[in-house]
Amino acid sequence: MNDSLKATFFAECEDLLEALSSGLAVVSEGAHDAETVNAIFRAVHSIKGAAGAFALTDLVNFAHRFETVLDRIRSGTLEIDAEVLRIITRSSDVLADLVEAAQSESGAIPEAMDGLVQSLTDLGEAPAAGGAAAADAFAFEPVAFAPICLDLPAAERVFHVAFTPHRALYENGHEPARLFAALAELGAVEVRCDTSRLPELDRLDPAESYLSWTIVLRGDIAEGRILQVFSFVEGLCDLTVDLVDEGVPHEPPALLVHESDGTDKGGAHMAPVDTPAPAAGPVGAAPGGAPKAARPATPGQPAAAPAATLRVDPERVDKLINTVGELIINHAVITQKVIASGIPQNSDLMADLDDYRHLAREIQEGVMAIRAQPVKPLFQRMARIVREAAEATGKDVVLVTEGEATEVDKTLVERLADPLTHMVRNAVDHGIEPAERRAAAGKPLPATVRLSAAHRSGHVQIEVADDGGGLNRERVLQTAIAKGLVSPDAKLSEAEIDNLLFLPGFSTASTVTNLSGRGVGMDVVKTTITSLGGRLTIASEPGRGSVFTISLPLTLAVLDGMVVSVGSETMVLPLASIVETVRPRPGDFMPIGPTGTLLSIRGAFVPVVCLGDVLGLGRHEIDASRSILVLIRTETGSQVALAVDGISDQRQVVIKSLEGNYRAIQGISAATILGDGKIALIVDPDAVVAMASQTPPLSPLADMEFHNDRRAAAG
Amino acid sequence: MTDVQPQDDAGATEFVSLVAGKQSFCIKITEIREIRRWTPVTSLPHAEHAVLGVMNLRGTVIPIMDLAAKLGLGSIEPSTRHVIVVVAVQGRTIGLLVESVSEILTVTNDMVRETPAVRREDATRCIRGLVEVEGDLSRILDLGALLGGEREEAA
Amino acid sequence: MTTVLAIDDSLTIRQLVSQTLEAAGFSVTTASDGREGLVAFDKARFDAVITDVNMPNLDGFGVIEAIRNGTTNRRVPILVLTTESGAELKDRARRAGATGWIVKPFDDTALIDVLHRLTGGQARQ
Repeated sequence: MNDSLKATFFAECEDLLEALSSGLAVVSEGAHDAETVNAIFRAVHSIKGAAGAFALTDLVNFAHRFETVLDRIRSGTLEIDAEVLRIITRSSDVLADLVEAAQSESGAIPEAMDGLVQSLTDLGEAPAAGGAAAADAFAFEPVAFAPICLDLPAAERVFHVAFTPHRALYENGHEPARLFAALAELGAVEVRCDTSRLPELDRLDPAESYLSWTIVLRGDIAEGRILQVFSFVEGLCDLTVDLVDEGVPHEPPALLVHESDGTDKGGAHMAPVDTPAPAAGPVGAAPGGAPKAARPATPGQPAAAPAATLRVDPERVDKLINTVGELIINHAVITQKVIASGIPQNSDLMADLDDYRHLAREIQEGVMAIRAQPVKPLFQRMARIVREAAEATGKDVVLVTEGEATEVDKTLVERLADPLTHMVRNAVDHGIEPAERRAAAGKPLPATVRLSAAHRSGHVQIEVADDGGGLNRERVLQTAIAKGLVSPDAKLSEAEIDNLLFLPGFSTASTVTNLSGRGVGMDVVKTTITSLGGRLTIASEPGRGSVFTISLPLTLAVLDGMVVSVGSETMVLPLASIVETVRPRPGDFMPIGPTGTLLSIRGAFVPVVCLGDVLGLGRHEIDASRSILVLIRTETGSQVALAVDGISDQRQVVIKSLEGNYRAIQGISAATILGDGKIALIVDPDAVVAMASQTPPLSPLADMEFHNDRRAAAG
Repeated sequence: MTDVQPQDDAGATEFVSLVAGKQSFCIKITEIREIRRWTPVTSLPHAEHAVLGVMNLRGTVIPIMDLAAKLGLGSIEPSTRHVIVVVAVQGRTIGLLVESVSEILTVTNDMVRETPAVRREDATRCIRGLVEVEGDLSRILDLGALLGGEREEAA
Repeated sequence: MTTVLAIDDSLTIRQLVSQTLEAAGFSVTTASDGREGLVAFDKARFDAVITDVNMPNLDGFGVIEAIRNGTTNRRVPILVLTTESGAELKDRARRAGATGWIVKPFDDTALIDVLHRLTGGQARQ
């Protein structure tokens, strides 16, 4: 079996599993119709059918049991109650696991499988209905026709076959001649046609069957083989097969032939029978007739009706996106050069350049749209995570999703899977209180985890909210102090305490259960989101629950930024975090502590952070006469003024990963290429503020070697 | 891992020889993507000493390393006389700043001598063999060890 | 060349059938559901049709009935490809007008042999 076929199979499985889980979601809402159940059945059925081709026995067997149950639901002999729903939902999970195991060739058997097999078998066996259907295994032999034949390697036997086709035999596309040809493969045949029932030509019904045949077949043939030839026409003809000579070795059997009919002259070969059957048979059935000319010159033409979707290798789209990014940069380069050459702004050339920009943007949007994908499949996966987490913790939790149709870049969808999984598990594991505590607080059961997606002013916002007990800030703070992440006498705001969750080293074995798992803490979630150019914030209310909000740029490729200069370097600040820019007057500054500076703005005091300092790009004094301050809002909601040396531009930039060839850099989220072809780094303002505040202590800067495994960083 | 794999039927491998820190090195030609003149780079915050910054290679951001500094042979003050050898190693593209690139060597396995184990330091650890060229020794660079090896060992 | 129309909603099966049959010298056209299959059927004259049973839009029995009750090439051999093997299903297939059936997972040679048998091509090349 070739690999491309396998790849097709697994890609198809992915689609089918998605269809399965969509269908199950509808069913679980209690709003299913026959077509939904049909679609679910078909998904499992198709997986089973194709899996068989690859001899994926575990998968086929499990799918078969699953399908049997679904078939009962489809036919209305099994009602979907809560228990049935639970079993089929868990079965869909196991099916997905089996597909994954098959793909990775791990041979792993999902833990839950054995239990489910039993449940499915129980459900599959109709108590009232004839249980025979379930027992019907994968046999190819026709049932009614299968006298058990022991194929004794006997010598030549002689069979008499009497064959009278019914009209339906022809209607089903059969040709007696072809059956005889098949018999001829078994042994020597003599065929005799009986035309005695043929009416006069004027009374002849072309569709009726008037002919019958007797065949003498000889050879070392088991009777079963003969019946097999006729297996497709069972019920469409009168057929008798008689063994007339047991076949004593070397005995000449010729006698029998003459005995049966002495008048036969031309029936011994295929050619004569071909023509008479059935008298004026429809032209279509005659092989090699005139209709052949009507065939298109290229019979192997592609599928006449192409599917509504197009499968494209994602790499091709990525390449296209990259090239379009280059095109946009190229536009910027040309524009800059044209301006530098002194051509007036209102010239035709500038107008043409503007058209160029529009076209490039249009192409970009179009290409981006190819990769746009609803978050639905991602959310559906989370339903499973909630189920598993709820089962493992013994909590009663439902997942409510909103905005499933929200479209985001495919790459985003993929890269969000891990962080979202972690957040959802966390919500069930840590967010939702145990049932007794909920009951005591008078809160409803089941508990709810709400997953929502929405577009908000050029961003995608994804929220994971639970209606649990909210963050235990006291415990969070104690943990952070115990781990030396904050000093014991630190005075932290509620938002600051909440954000301690995102500190590297906050999550430990004692707080990360096996469930929340994989030893990944919220800090890794945060890092991943940041590397995607997004932000992660938390809001929590005691007794009411917590909301984690991920805000992401619509695409990975473009960011609205402000181009600033820091010393000799040019950098980009994401516009999303910028509140305003301030040109301070000397009186606006107020020193605090040995090195700190505060900016007084509209009666409030905002800490000033020198961007160049933090990033180690030489020493910078905050010079009231030269510095420009960019006021940013951090993820905790507080404001910080970043001091830079100049602001040159505000524009969209194409995001280029630094991690691809280098590694993640603290304080920097990515890079971009400016109009002059130079690289500018894109600043991660929150990381810069965190670095400046020294709470938490910075991770050792000496640890700035190349990453051997980039994925380790993305978690 | 440290073998010099034959690249063609004759069991010979082609190397590009270059000079960094006044020593001669060579890199397997199949590991080299291109060779270009030095152009100014964008500095990276808190980068290790040998990392000079990043450069735009036709739309891709690649880090540029001072090979001499990386090997502990003192650093190069880059100028347009210097050359960047763009290499691909472990799926990443990296530029190496060197003093000059001299020639292409065809090396057969029997020409390669093992590196005498003198001291465990970068300069020798990243060298997987020596090859004699016209009376001069050129060091065969093990890019995997040079650019990714530390992590692997530490892990 | 013997031309075959293969109708199956599973891309994997479509590819598998195409590859198997094309390697055996057949020319194969595919369609991904019953309705599409009938559209394709009307566009060319096929020597045989292979169809899945469970498909969206129009199932395999629907396809067979439509072909048998149609006006062109109505006696084309139709092979049903199915995972089920119950006698009941065979009866149903036969009543609907199927020429033969083969149970998935199928053996390459079995499929080719059956097709040769139904189309009158030479068995085993």
